Amino acid sequence: MDINEFLEKLRIEMDDINPDHIQAETVYRQVENWSSMHALVMIAFADEHFGVALNEQDFKNTTTVQEIYDILVAKKAAINA
Amino acid sequence: MPNAYIRHVTTYLPDKVLTNWDLTQLFLQLSEVEIIKKTGVKKRHIAAENEFPSDLCIQAAKNLFEESEFEKDKIDFLLYCTEALDYTAPATSCVLHQRLGLRKQVGCLDFNYGCTGYVYGLSLAQAMIKSGMARNILFLAGETPSIVLHPEDAELRMLFGDAGTATLICADEEKGMGQFVFGTDGSGDKHLNVNGACMRQPVDELWLERYENANGMKYGRMVMNGTEVFLFTLREVPPMIEQVLAKNEMQFDDIDLFLFHQPNAYLLEALRKKLKIPEDKYFVYLEDTGNTASATIPIAWLEAQRRGVLKDGMTVLMAAFGIGLSWTATIMKT
Repeated sequence: MDINEFLEKLRIEMDDINPDHIQAETVYRQVENWSSMHALVMIAFADEHFGVALNEQDFKNTTTVQEIYDILVAKKAAINA
Repeated sequence: MPNAYIRHVTTYLPDKVLTNWDLTQLFLQLSEVEIIKKTGVKKRHIAAENEFPSDLCIQAAKNLFEESEFEKDKIDFLLYCTEALDYTAPATSCVLHQRLGLRKQVGCLDFNYGCTGYVYGLSLAQAMIKSGMARNILFLAGETPSIVLHPEDAELRMLFGDAGTATLICADEEKGMGQFVFGTDGSGDKHLNVNGACMRQPVDELWLERYENANGMKYGRMVMNGTEVFLFTLREVPPMIEQVLAKNEMQFDDIDLFLFHQPNAYLLEALRKKLKIPEDKYFVYLEDTGNTASATIPIAWLEAQRRGVLKDGMTVLMAAFGIGLSWTATIMKT
């Protein structure tokens, strides 16, 4: 899944957030309406589409949506390696 | 050898109700739409002051004997599951035994478990009945999590509700429970617990001062790391389902209904998707009660029966998971 497809799917999952506010460079914690629930949505999304687990440390280590995507790709690659 | 069979289930919910609208008046940042989306809960019942799980379970047990017309003198064991016992000692089940007027030749046992407690209790009942120790068991599971929620903790007050339940479990030669599987990860105790209570962390003056504006939180305070609990569930429940199917020599398609502990509708949907369970085989019901810990499964069981989703002759996979961290599952014929 490339970044564009990732963003498209994430916008559908997070339907309570303005889709224009979900971009690769978005600092996700600063998005209007962002709550702890959206972290859970991300975790479920990662599990369903990438088969990997996002953890608390991953959220601490990232600020943008692109960085979350990069972690997912890296974790998936590590599983397949 | 007979198996333990769930013959009758009743519930008792306290009168006071906390609706989503009520919560929006307490927490101005919340909307009713957001609460339902986050939790799947529309309302929760809240115990009155000095109304404890044992009180709720007494009412549920009285309803059970009345509805089922089962003679209470035939009960030979009383199991009581709660995280809020009446006393450190004696066992609250002994007190319940007296309040219910059960005969003297009845064994009584308390066990402290939350979300995993109902299926744990079924496993005890199955062991007792299969071994010939008992034939008719009254299993009471009740919780009042509202007592240990901080009044300003919006996240947890959205989720949790209070309830008492009673289940009549009898020996049956044809129907009933199969094998159980269990799992425990005590390293996760920090992710979900009630602190500030009991021996190791007794409530002291400092605690009472800190929570002066929250009635002192004298029974302790529940804390939860939602992210870690969510991750734990997605990590541990799917393999447990495979294990319980294998242990019972069954295939995924043999299951007519998956009935899980009901912590949060969003989490349950994530689990359903991960396990690829068809929607018509998956029962979710917590909208009127919230997460009532060990009481969620009997509440959902009763509602599934009322809606005709749960019927005689079905194969049901029941799974519970949560505080401990702990998890357990079984398969039964209804």
